Amino acid sequence: MSILAYNGGCVVAMRGKDCVAIATDHRFGVQAQTIDTDFEKVHQVAPKMFLGLVGLQTDILTVRERLAFRKKLYEIRENREMTPKVFSSMLSNFLYERRFGPYFIEPVIAGLDPKTSEPFICNMDLIGCPNVPDDFVVAGTCGEQLYGMCETLWKPDLEPDQLFEVISQSMINAFDRDAISGWGASVYIIEKDKITVKKLKTRMD
Amino acid sequence: MALQEICGLSDAPYMKSRTHFLKSTEEEMKNSTSNIENCYSLSAPPFENPMQNLNAIQQHGEKSGIKIDFDHGTTTLGFKYQGGVLLAVDSRATGGQFIGSQSMKKIVEINDYMLGTLAGGAADCVYWDRVLTQECRLHELRNKERISVAAASKIMANIAHEFKGMGLSMGMMLAGYDKRGPGLYYVDNDAQRTPGNVFSVGSGSIYAFGVLDSGYRWDLTDEEAQELGRRAIYHATFRDAYSGGIVRVYQVTKDGWINISNTDCMELHYKYAEEKK
Repeated sequence: MSILAYNGGCVVAMRGKDCVAIATDHRFGVQAQTIDTDFEKVHQVAPKMFLGLVGLQTDILTVRERLAFRKKLYEIRENREMTPKVFSSMLSNFLYERRFGPYFIEPVIAGLDPKTSEPFICNMDLIGCPNVPDDFVVAGTCGEQLYGMCETLWKPDLEPDQLFEVISQSMINAFDRDAISGWGASVYIIEKDKITVKKLKTRMD
Repeated sequence: MALQEICGLSDAPYMKSRTHFLKSTEEEMKNSTSNIENCYSLSAPPFENPMQNLNAIQQHGEKSGIKIDFDHGTTTLGFKYQGGVLLAVDSRATGGQFIGSQSMKKIVEINDYMLGTLAGGAADCVYWDRVLTQECRLHELRNKERISVAAASKIMANIAHEFKGMGLSMGMMLAGYDKRGPGLYYVDNDAQRTPGNVFSVGSGSIYAFGVLDSGYRWDLTDEEAQELGRRAIYHATFRDAYSGGIVRVYQVTKDGWINISNTDCMELHYKYAEEKK
């Protein structure tokens, strides 16, 4: 079993019309054993920006802390808020530093530009190769299933409530075909003037 | 022959009827359809000394990643109590971490008085349970009485022994009712065969045992026994990633087996969560 699939879990982010959505499952396990069903892999790193990390749990926590540190340094030095674009460049740079002994994580970034409110989504591999598409990004142990679901359900210019439906259905139906993801899910919808968090009722097996 | 010539038919080999087949052709036919005639005759692997080399290949597969991911991961349980035998199983089939099915039938109905459970390699269990069904029926026809659970489990153990070391993967329970009363046997691919009162088999068995052992008594009522089995499987599906789907409960009494319930895990989870409040 790959070390990226040791703890299990998945994250998906989607672009809508003037909004973005990011969703995560709740499982934290050690191979087949489910330890916790309250472990969210999405973190709010700025008022309009969320970072999803999947992979090895110990590295998820380390990367989260180290990124917070670098982000604060930037904001003190520059005296301005970090945009999602800058954040992803920083993350890419940070991950490549460990090119020959990487953190076993796959990140997903979703957010709105603090000034222009331009939607932004991005994902990377574990050594920081960025991918910035204009539809959706996926990461985690059911990545293939997520791509299949997103590819069929997503369409351009979805309104926030439509986007919620699409991302939720994609997430649930993808991880229902994966043994080591699931056990609950959370969806974050990020709009210009509000952030909505919803918990999904899912299968618990 | 005259008619044949008038019709312009030749006596080429392809015009002859099947009875004129050459001995070697017949031999070839037999070899390529061997397990239709004899279900125990499986093709030998295409290398010598399978007992050692099969394991070597499997081990090389672990390292190189080139290996067959058989269906694995299950929770099954069975216990005897005053009302007979109770079996409960999940219904998930996985290949690696991929969920292939959420509705598999892991309890095989061998005859009206006997059930078998499957754990381990799905194909191995299904095939040999089918063979067992056939053997049990033949026993019934030959001896004019139903086979005992002990005898049926012995057939299974003999099969497992025949193929021991060849990489079969099975962990099954046989439950039934015969003239000796309720019977429950565990048989696995090492040809181990043991009668007993409480068994649980599969990757989720450790979790199921936790619930089962704390709730088990000989004098459980039928309803209590069914609920205990159901709850034990549910808890296993919650903790074990490779168990899930539907919880199926069966009971065997002196009148034969009955299917008590087939409940979706999701339904059970939210029902139990509600009861806890």
